[in-house]
Amino acid sequence: MPGSIGDRHVISSSAAAIVVPLRLTPPPRRRWRLAGHGPVRFVLPALVLAAWQLASSLGLINPRTLESPAAVLEALVELAASGVLLDSLAASFQRAAAGFLIGGGIGLGLGVVAGMSRIGEYTYDALLQMLRMVPFLAVIPLFVIWFGVDERPKILLIALACIFPVYLNTFSGVRHVDPKIVEAATVFGMSRLAIATRIVMPLALPSIMVGLRYGMGVALLSLVAAEQVNATSGIGYLALNPRASLRTDIIIGVVVLYSVLGLLVDLLIRQVQAWILPWHRTVLETAR
Amino acid sequence: MNAPSALAHACADEAPPAVDPVVLRGATKGFGPRILFEGVDLRIRRGEFVALLGASGSGKTTLLRILLGLDTLDAGAGAVAAPRSAVFQEPRLVPSQTVWRNVLMGLPWRAQRRRRALGALEEVGLGAHADAWPVTLSGGEAQRVALARALILEPALLLLDEPFAALDALTRLRMQDLVRRLCARYRPGTLIVTHDVDEAVRLADRVLVLRDRRLTLDVAVGAAQDPASAAGARLRARLLAELGVAPDDAGIAARGSTAPRAAVAGRA
Repeated sequence: MPGSIGDRHVISSSAAAIVVPLRLTPPPRRRWRLAGHGPVRFVLPALVLAAWQLASSLGLINPRTLESPAAVLEALVELAASGVLLDSLAASFQRAAAGFLIGGGIGLGLGVVAGMSRIGEYTYDALLQMLRMVPFLAVIPLFVIWFGVDERPKILLIALACIFPVYLNTFSGVRHVDPKIVEAATVFGMSRLAIATRIVMPLALPSIMVGLRYGMGVALLSLVAAEQVNATSGIGYLALNPRASLRTDIIIGVVVLYSVLGLLVDLLIRQVQAWILPWHRTVLETAR
Repeated sequence: MNAPSALAHACADEAPPAVDPVVLRGATKGFGPRILFEGVDLRIRRGEFVALLGASGSGKTTLLRILLGLDTLDAGAGAVAAPRSAVFQEPRLVPSQTVWRNVLMGLPWRAQRRRRALGALEEVGLGAHADAWPVTLSGGEAQRVALARALILEPALLLLDEPFAALDALTRLRMQDLVRRLCARYRPGTLIVTHDVDEAVRLADRVLVLRDRRLTLDVAVGAAQDPASAAGARLRARLLAELGVAPDDAGIAARGSTAPRAAVAGRA
């Protein structure tokens, strides 16, 4: 059969041409489907937890070194029942929130001004970049001398730690707004103020939100450090409380609390982000 | 008197309708020791569609930026009519605003009415996309939104900076028709900067060539607008020759006029 496919096949193979077989679409296969991707994330933590509990139950771990998960849970329940847990959480939350608002506010303001005007950048950007490199834990003794041992040094320490991530991300967010869009807005007669508030700020918001997220994480981190300074309340104090100092179940319980708190804060910010940045989600989806 | 401030003044004041949208006399511009153009005279009349051709780096975009007030003249004088608006090579839409908000960019805050934006979007055939985010639009759609944004001001002067360069060949042809139709209706003075000879001939009433620091050619298109006509082929060949493309290349470009385009040089 001249001209048929079979014929050609013979010709090409006899001519020693290279033949690459084309791939057929594979028949649909049943795939492992988990409800969303959420549950998968928790598989590994759950396994670790199970192994830990198993090792404790089998007596492989000395309870003085590390209590079992069940004991940790028990300790937390006990603290919750006595009301200590809630009081501590409230005290810690207040500190973190106050510090974050002060530090985040300063970082945001400085970042916007430096991003939009050369003067701002030239006057204080270098200074902030230098301060940024100082590990904030190093200034704790100084803060104690300056501000005493009550709430003020704690809140100010958290504030200090929050300034930099918020400042840096705000600054870079403002700087990375497409200058061509700003130019178009100028051509169309928008004032500088209108461009700043209706174009630059909204476009920098995704980056600003990243800064706020980091800032909140840092606030929580510095909370731990701050609450080791002569605290009489808060979850950091809970861990250091003389009565509890030998109880690994409470210390681990506090660690768990910190991580849960961090997770919740991150979740909250993501939710806020999805809510105030509907256009940005579309940008990301289109880019994918 | 300082020339750039003369430009700015003419835009700030409400220009009477009889004024020519563009008047330039002895316009000179350079960057450092490099002079882009000098002693350029240019007048564009109301309703006139002018194409400015030039190779990359010839200074044609700089000339347009000067007319937009984004750049200044080194010497010479000029004035443009207000309001003026522009469509750039990129759509330059604000991604955080919906399409209809983007269309209203040039209007004062209090005059920003959704109904008005919808009217402008209908005219470019995008009425259904008013609530979309700019990133969800195709290149051609985004450029049509940019066109609606420019035309909603009912500009006395419309400046187009290679607005179709980034579009595919079919979309470009449709966009060119749309621009021609809308310009015929609103009758702004229009200046399109391009390096595409076919585009210039297809759209403009008058074609200018910027070369060696001067406007070396200023020719009315007239009957040459029809690409199939002998006059059309002649004008195209003449423009290409003026732009320094050898006759051989020009012949190929002219024959291929229905296919994409005869670009003189790529954009840097």
